Amino acid sequence: MNYTNLTKIAINALKRNKFRAFLTMLGIIIGVGSVIGMLSIGEGSKKSIQQEISSMGSNMIFVMPGSQRRGGVQMGRSDAKSLTLSDISQLKKEAMYLSAISPQVSASGQAIKGNKNWPTTMYGVDASYLDIRKYELEDGRIFTEREIKSLGKVCLIGKTVTENLFGENVDPIGQTVRFNGIPFKIIGTLKEKGQNQMGMDQDDMLIAPYTSVQRRILAITHIQTIYASAVSEEKSDAAIDEIIAILRKNHKLEADAESDFEVRSQSEMIQTFSSISNMLTTLLGAIAGISLLVGGIGIMNIMYVSVTERTKEIGLRMSVGGRGNDILVQFLIEAVLLSLSGGLIGILFGLLISYIATTLLNFPLVIMVQAIVISFLVCSVIGIFFGWYPARKAAGLNPIDALRHE
Amino acid sequence: MDHVIIKVEGLRKEYHIGEMTVHALRKVDMEIRQGEFVAIMGASGSGKSTMLNILGCLDKPSGGDYMLDGVNMRKLNKNQLAGLRNSKLGFIFQSYNLLPRTTALENVELPLYYNSKVKAKERKERAIHALEQVGLGDRFHHMPNQLSGGQQQRVAIARSLVNDPVVILADEATGNLDTRTSYEIMELFQKLNDNGKTIVFVTHEPDIARFMKRNIIFRDGRIQREVAVENRFSATELIAKLPKEDDTDFLSA
Ligand SMILES: Nc1ncnc2c1ncn2[C@@H]1O[C@H](COP(=O)(O)OP(=O)(O)O)[C@@H](O)[C@H]1O
Ligand SMILES: [Mg+2]
Repeated sequence: MNYTNLTKIAINALKRNKFRAFLTMLGIIIGVGSVIGMLSIGEGSKKSIQQEISSMGSNMIFVMPGSQRRGGVQMGRSDAKSLTLSDISQLKKEAMYLSAISPQVSASGQAIKGNKNWPTTMYGVDASYLDIRKYELEDGRIFTEREIKSLGKVCLIGKTVTENLFGENVDPIGQTVRFNGIPFKIIGTLKEKGQNQMGMDQDDMLIAPYTSVQRRILAITHIQTIYASAVSEEKSDAAIDEIIAILRKNHKLEADAESDFEVRSQSEMIQTFSSISNMLTTLLGAIAGISLLVGGIGIMNIMYVSVTERTKEIGLRMSVGGRGNDILVQFLIEAVLLSLSGGLIGILFGLLISYIATTLLNFPLVIMVQAIVISFLVCSVIGIFFGWYPARKAAGLNPIDALRHE
Repeated sequence: MDHVIIKVEGLRKEYHIGEMTVHALRKVDMEIRQGEFVAIMGASGSGKSTMLNILGCLDKPSGGDYMLDGVNMRKLNKNQLAGLRNSKLGFIFQSYNLLPRTTALENVELPLYYNSKVKAKERKERAIHALEQVGLGDRFHHMPNQLSGGQQQRVAIARSLVNDPVVILADEATGNLDTRTSYEIMELFQKLNDNGKTIVFVTHEPDIARFMKRNIIFRDGRIQREVAVENRFSATELIAKLPKEDDTDFLSA
């Protein structure tokens, strides 16, 4: 058998029927492209949520007052005040799986500088808060233990607040802003963090010692939230158990009493959101699978019809000396060329869809190798099989029967 | 005497359609020698095409022997038969059977693609030569739908010639053509035969059969009689006698 000649014959036959070749390839292109595109959108959304959550903090665990087990009903005042500074010192003393602990109290209000004002939130925290929440100092310094003890009127300022009070390219360090009427000296600036996935501006904030916010602004003694970092992600669950045990002991709760606080962790949030986006990926995958199926049926149809249509051509080729095998190899080469080039174009098409969609949706671009391999294989196998199978039948005919085929 | 190219003995062909058996050929004996120009004649349904298809190894007989150029066909498998069609036979169909959207040159090259001994350069040269032989030296790159019926049949003849077969088999090769074009095609066949080609030509038209040297008349699947043609037509002379312009009065006469 002369493969060079048969390849030439196959290429000429494809050139003769460019439109049919295009239609066959289109099925493959759409099949492969949609699988790659859909799965990459699904996977991208998952990645995006994961990144979002992990940017919230490092192995972060937070404790809120009250209990969600009561059906989400607003808790009474005693519940809302259940966390105190004594909890913090007890955790610092006893917890083994926590690398950092910070209280948080927050107050919203007006920040004023000269004739400009800006509504924002002031967070009262400990120095370790920055590490826990993955905020970074851009310039200046964080407040000291002494400033915390002495209810220091100092603060760190987020980019958004700086821009709205001072304008761009102004160094606010050393200046004073008034928050809810109290002057705070700016001692440091925070690095820009941008918006989170919910569209919340994470740079619209002031950070001050928790003592100052507690007493000077809110006039309270309890704390609103405890933030902590587990020593590692694997120890996150152990850290949660530990926190629960320490706080229950500190709150003097009976063994059968419900906790008056709620512990949540970042990894738990990741799991929750992952399971949602896994559902999304499954759904998109199912749609992609259906389009692959439809594409596959399209390929089958065109391949099958075109071979049947070409039985006369097969008869002619046999009448001038083509052997059954020559015919078979020709059709196989045609099917392989169509399937592979369709598959490759489909991959490019899929990557293009992925790129455009993830750019528009602001997801990270995740290229799913399995999606590429599987869809390419499925389409190629279908294309090649349905090019080969009817050709094999036709090649087994008597030349005269093939020629007479209508 | 020239050597025997085709020798058929007791050849039979039956078709089974449900309960019914059609005897397309009943014990045919025939011999065709090198350089002959034979017409297989007979009414429609008399078995001419069946006979020619078997001679062309496109179909298998139900019984009997067929020796082509000294080879007994019964002993050959499908691939060997394909090889034989490729190297020893040239087949011409009533409906031309050219590949659509394929140039005249590529159509003529087709048989040589299945002959791995012929390289690309030689393949092209031989196809060009064959097209020149049939008077289409200026139509290499025309597609079938850009050619007249007569020109398409010439391409088909060139295709049958290109592998230099021992015999050319034509089935109603002028059946789709008008009188003048038929004569022109017959002129080409006569020229090829003058140059030594053995030709077997199936036709149901007695007028066309008079261009050949010998007529074998089929009837009901048997050879009814054989005649050597007297006063054989010369296509060149007949064409000369035709009016210069294609005249429809003449054609219907
Ligand atoms: N494929 C076939 N199946 C059944 N009967 C056939 C087939 N081909 C030819 N015949 C029958 O065989 C007989 C001879 O046909 P054919 O050789 O085509 O005649 P001709 O060419 O002389 O007109 C006819 O009766 C025809 O009906
Ligand atoms: Mg016939």
